[in-house]
Amino acid sequence: MTDAAVLSQPLAPATVSATKIVARGLDFFYQGYHALKNVNMDVPERRVTAIIGPSGCGKSTLLRIFNRIYAIYPKLEARGEVLLDGENILDARYPLNRLRSKVGMVFQKPVPFPMSIFENIAYGIRHHERLSKSEMDMRVELALRQAALWDEAKDKLKQSALGLSGGQQQRLCIARAIALKPEVLLLDEPTSSLDPIATGRIEQLIEELKRDFTIVIVTHNMQQAARVSDKTAFMYMGELIEFGDTEKIFTKPDKKQTEDYITGRFG
Amino acid sequence: MTLPAQPTKPGEHRRIARDARNDLLFRGALLTCALLVLAALLGTAGSTLWGGRLAFETFGWKFLISDHWDAVNGQFGALVPIWGTLMTSLLAMLLAVPISFGIALFLTEVAPIWLRTPIAAAVELLAGIPSIIYGMWGLFVLAPFLADHVDPWVNDKLGALPGVGRLFRGPPLGIGMLTAGLVLAIMVIPFISSVMREVFHTVPTRLKESAYALGSTTWEVVWNIVLPYTRSAVIGGIFLGLGRALGETMAVTFVLGNAHQFSESLLMPSSSIASVIANEFTEASSDLHRSTLIALGFLLFVVTFIVLAIAKLLLLRLARKEGNA
Repeated sequence: MTDAAVLSQPLAPATVSATKIVARGLDFFYQGYHALKNVNMDVPERRVTAIIGPSGCGKSTLLRIFNRIYAIYPKLEARGEVLLDGENILDARYPLNRLRSKVGMVFQKPVPFPMSIFENIAYGIRHHERLSKSEMDMRVELALRQAALWDEAKDKLKQSALGLSGGQQQRLCIARAIALKPEVLLLDEPTSSLDPIATGRIEQLIEELKRDFTIVIVTHNMQQAARVSDKTAFMYMGELIEFGDTEKIFTKPDKKQTEDYITGRFG
Repeated sequence: MTLPAQPTKPGEHRRIARDARNDLLFRGALLTCALLVLAALLGTAGSTLWGGRLAFETFGWKFLISDHWDAVNGQFGALVPIWGTLMTSLLAMLLAVPISFGIALFLTEVAPIWLRTPIAAAVELLAGIPSIIYGMWGLFVLAPFLADHVDPWVNDKLGALPGVGRLFRGPPLGIGMLTAGLVLAIMVIPFISSVMREVFHTVPTRLKESAYALGSTTWEVVWNIVLPYTRSAVIGGIFLGLGRALGETMAVTFVLGNAHQFSESLLMPSSSIASVIANEFTEASSDLHRSTLIALGFLLFVVTFIVLAIAKLLLLRLARKEGNA
């Protein structure tokens, strides 16, 4: 099936919600510092799961375990289990290439590579697949369309990506991540460096992307979590305090700490 | 629209005037420092050109292409020193650049933290060794070793290659352009690798993380992200090392052999501009001989200038290509 066919296909109804990622008894140590304590969490498929909490609570740390990006630094250690489609990604035997192609990540600040817009997208694809020129052109276009950047970028694909605005750069980073056709998309405070209009566009995009991808978003902005997510996890001091439907977390949370945080009493 | 604030406090006028004067003085002082460099540069170029005028007048353009060097009869040609300077420096860069890359990348990307400081310190210590020590080591340790173990192999194996084989044929003397290139390489590695290490540290972590998150290997991150990001600074570092190699005197004088016969072979002794000056200055009795040596100094100046200009052009072209890409 061609990519164009995939695009025009009606999207699967998002009613059934299997579990995509399961964290069980997850601990994380940063040079002896116990940064995550016994985290248990089920991330539903094709839904947006938000992780909120005050600075230093471990929400980014948790996100960075899901694609094992933490492992590029020495002396960081995760213990426990993180199952992606039932397979433990913390197992050293789990192939990193498969993990990184199944789980894409977008970072706090937009980070285009110092190359052209086209190359920014093609770069990641080339690592995983060997495509002909026309196939590659199609893949790049598909990714840019999915990230709602095609109309703005199609006439300057050969220009440096550094010439794009901040919001466009961030959408380029999203396009770069989804160009690999991942199943999970990790967003680490993706709008924290953007203005309100660019933020709005990204949130709109998240709304569209969740039909195709399982999205986990870390955010400082509670309104954002309430707006975009289906499930919300509240973390505090390395522990997962409460995890449930977003509506419930923001209206009648079970735990006192959660309520204090979302009502702005601390954090 | 509001007017600029009027001075209200007593003495404020005087303060403003004093601040303006101080700023002017400071700017003037900075300008003087900068002009001093320019004056030194022009002064050096001018005085070597003036000092070498006798040689230039006597030999004309033939000075550059003649390999005839006869101090007794007053015949001098600069071809061999120029050739020796360029070849030894080129050889040094060919050896030093990849190794410096390796050192810098190992230190920034791969090495465990406890190993980084000792290796970085060792590299910096290497930079602090005086060149005369390198020269002695090259003559007494490296040269005999090369003569016994390396030169015969180079002559047999590389010398048999078609085309480039000419560069590698010769007797196993141990001293010559190959040895000089090796010693120079060891001498410039600390400079190039420390510049590269500093530059590689400037690559934002999030850029590298983004590439790793796409599945890139360490090599791909280095080649596709780190190097393009730091390209102009890396090239700058390489040319800093090249500048040092071109002008290095003592170590090269020890191991180059100081021959004025032209030879293509890297195994043969040769001479470099700096080594000729160092060797012959005390013996230059005639005006023409002394003028020739000063003229050689001017040529070194020109060679270095041309090399650096090429580097600048290269960077400019790269920048333009990137702009279009």
